[in-house]
Amino acid sequence: MELKSRLPEGPIETAWSRHKFNMKLVNPANRRKYNVIVVGSGLAGAAAAATLGEQGYNVACFCFQDSPRRAHSIAAQGGINAAKNYQNDSDSVYRLFYDTVKGGDFRAREQNVYRLAELSVNIIDQAVAQGVPFAREYGGLLANRSFGGAQVSRTFYARGQTGQQLLLGAYQALERQIAAGRVKMYTRHEMLELVTADGRARGIVARDLTSGAVTSFAADAVCLATGGYSNVFFLSTNAKGCNVTSTWRAHKKGALFANPCFTQIHPTCIPQAGDYQSKLTLMSESLRNDGRVWVPKDPADAGKSPRDIPEDKRDYYLERKYPSFGNLSPRDIASRAAKIVCDEGRGVGPAVGGVRRGVYLDFADAIGRVGKAGVSEKYGNLFEMYDRITGEDPYQVPMRMYPAPHYTMGGLWVDYNLMSNIPGCFVLGEANFSDHGANRLGASALMQGLADGYFVLPATLPDYLAGVKPGGTDSGHAAFRDAENAVKVKTETLLGINGKRTADSFHRELGYLMWDKCGMSRTREGLNEAITRIPQIREEFWENLAVPGSGAELNQSLEKAGRVADFLEFAELMCVDARDREESCGGHYREEYQDDGEARRDDANFQYAAAWEFNGVDAAPTLHKEPLAFNYVKPVTRSYK
Amino acid sequence: MNLTLNVWRQKGRTAAGAFEKYPVNDVSDHMSFLEMLDVLNEKLTAEGKDPVAFEHDCREGICGSCGFMIDGRPHGPMPRTTVCQLHMRSFKDGDELFLEPFRASAFPILKDLVVDRGAFDRIVQAGGYVSVNTGSAPEANSTPVPKTAADASFDNAACIACGACVAACPNGAAMLFTSAKVAHLNLLPQGEPERYERATNMVLQMDKEGFGHCSWHGECAEACPKGIPLASIARMNGEFTVANLLRSPHVSGGDGGG
Repeated sequence: MELKSRLPEGPIETAWSRHKFNMKLVNPANRRKYNVIVVGSGLAGAAAAATLGEQGYNVACFCFQDSPRRAHSIAAQGGINAAKNYQNDSDSVYRLFYDTVKGGDFRAREQNVYRLAELSVNIIDQAVAQGVPFAREYGGLLANRSFGGAQVSRTFYARGQTGQQLLLGAYQALERQIAAGRVKMYTRHEMLELVTADGRARGIVARDLTSGAVTSFAADAVCLATGGYSNVFFLSTNAKGCNVTSTWRAHKKGALFANPCFTQIHPTCIPQAGDYQSKLTLMSESLRNDGRVWVPKDPADAGKSPRDIPEDKRDYYLERKYPSFGNLSPRDIASRAAKIVCDEGRGVGPAVGGVRRGVYLDFADAIGRVGKAGVSEKYGNLFEMYDRITGEDPYQVPMRMYPAPHYTMGGLWVDYNLMSNIPGCFVLGEANFSDHGANRLGASALMQGLADGYFVLPATLPDYLAGVKPGGTDSGHAAFRDAENAVKVKTETLLGINGKRTADSFHRELGYLMWDKCGMSRTREGLNEAITRIPQIREEFWENLAVPGSGAELNQSLEKAGRVADFLEFAELMCVDARDREESCGGHYREEYQDDGEARRDDANFQYAAAWEFNGVDAAPTLHKEPLAFNYVKPVTRSYK
Repeated sequence: MNLTLNVWRQKGRTAAGAFEKYPVNDVSDHMSFLEMLDVLNEKLTAEGKDPVAFEHDCREGICGSCGFMIDGRPHGPMPRTTVCQLHMRSFKDGDELFLEPFRASAFPILKDLVVDRGAFDRIVQAGGYVSVNTGSAPEANSTPVPKTAADASFDNAACIACGACVAACPNGAAMLFTSAKVAHLNLLPQGEPERYERATNMVLQMDKEGFGHCSWHGECAEACPKGIPLASIARMNGEFTVANLLRSPHVSGGDGGG
């Protein structure tokens, strides 16, 4: 199989413009003849569905939640990057491009990243026009902050709820199109199959989560905007419903899955409090702008109250190890540093499973500098949230933080047009693999989701549609019948096992294994163990699962079981990819490939995107390599010292 | 701690419902309320019984999925806290609690503690947006917005559409929800051109959905986990009145309102 990335050639500054000019268009009068399915209603999905509706296509949008406004994009806190250079600190499209390629540890395509940086400025314009209430200065103009290791202030924000506000902007645009009859919204529907025929995506099969009805939906193109797979770890900062199902089922229909081992562990999350824990809560890393990270120098002090540990007994380890970036070191680096000090026995907070996994994030200096009111103005809602969850007041005692799975850079392989290797199947936002390489910079997820949804897909989709006859397939086609049957059989199988263990108990078991063997640091030996163990868990799942109720009703246990079944297959691919990539880069850290704790990238052998082809659940996948070329940003060792 | 839960169980939209009693033992202070229900559900599943259906997703108080009544209060006893962020340290050993769904004629019960809040989306469809197509936006800083206006707009935009305001209201009114969206957009210059149509059409849709009228109990603002100000309702009533006085040709008219 040849991977056709369709990257434009020539100067990168004009590549996207030239590419747009070279693509085919669909005449406005013909657009209503084309049916387009968008699965997912987060930033990428809602933005795409709304924009395609505005342009005149016939859009159907699906989400499993009760309203499109609930998608997990809503939980993003910190902000969105854009190369506006409003702060006159020498930012530019080129600098955002440069930072993102470097931040991704040279594992993303230069052309994609440049386009993302270029579109960033349009996103802010669009959001402001929609009424997104970004933070402003007293003069009435937009405020910015520096975020996640950037040396310029290019992050736009709406208190600690930027994702919510941007999603509401996209949601409102979507509701406007629903009212106009351009988009038909299917809430409480879960996509369970991608339907392909004659080598093209033809539609989906979805289950109505309220009635249990399984229905086929035909379309001329299917766009998956279904987010990432962090919940493979069970405990992550993702919403409970986030899953890999739509992308995994597309993968099983032939779509290549790229770089699944590139996962991001976010350094500032509230540590786990007990075995019953259902999810982890992220605290915006904007907190690191003013908070100082430390642990006791001496493991003997780990159990003491932080205020009883004098200054000279504290190790401000990020400031010590990375003096030029300090507390603002990039996510992967800050996360690993926290793991190292906790593994040394210097972690703080309650011990879960015998280990204290937490580091302090201390605002005492900031409160001394700008006062409690100054700190509250910036972080008030985050401090409240922390207090509510832990019962501790961060104005009085330092916060405790520990890294947690948060975002996944890997995803379905797509070309420059966001189309997977299945013609007519497009993938947007976190669900694709394209722009962040091996590590995503802070405040770049919102940027990518919206760039894909508002600007990229609406420009590239017509190029595909113009080449196909509208309404080419109807849902009576045999391919739909087969896909519907497959869904029904799977549902009946899950309901008919009548075993003893809940889907959650399998999910938890898988999650702990993945966190242990394929989390913040990985070894060949550990990955081999996981690759042996996962099929065993899977086997028990299909023999001993308990799903009460029936398929013809609202059945949350059944929904969960279907998602866990997919995670149990996907997890193995993730470990295979992690084992195969014998280097350390970005969020992928192999203990065998390091220099004194710093990641050792291997450009000679691994400067490629790994795109995996499905060959069957118990068969080894086939690796396809897309080589990456760096003509503008010369690969260097990332150093934040 | 050990608790006794009385949970509203109802098979489906038209089925009859009733409270069922469940003991829950060895609950940790640090658990969230939903984690406590997870533990109950794991136990029910292991016993071959149907677990309690409740809606939830982000579990960080921002998606708005969760919410039910605990002892007659939406989201339970803690002010400004969604039920997913409510922790068991708010309760004590031996407590007996009553859990029931948000009750309002515009929120039909789907199962147990899950209700259909689709009416909220349809209110937004009636005008809760700025009519601006992708690509046509002017440069972001070309229109300064006073910081006070942006902040007040944000305070209203913080609404998570959980429905607690409706459940708390003796009339089952959606005034706080609707007025929050009207205020979010009408306080900004970007929302100005459509302000009167927005207020009118959203209020009319609210009435059409079967929400009750406002009689200023103020229970909604009390129950709101996001602190949406009661004053937003007064603002919306003002906009609605002015809109009718102006008799804008774009407005379909009507006698709805709070």
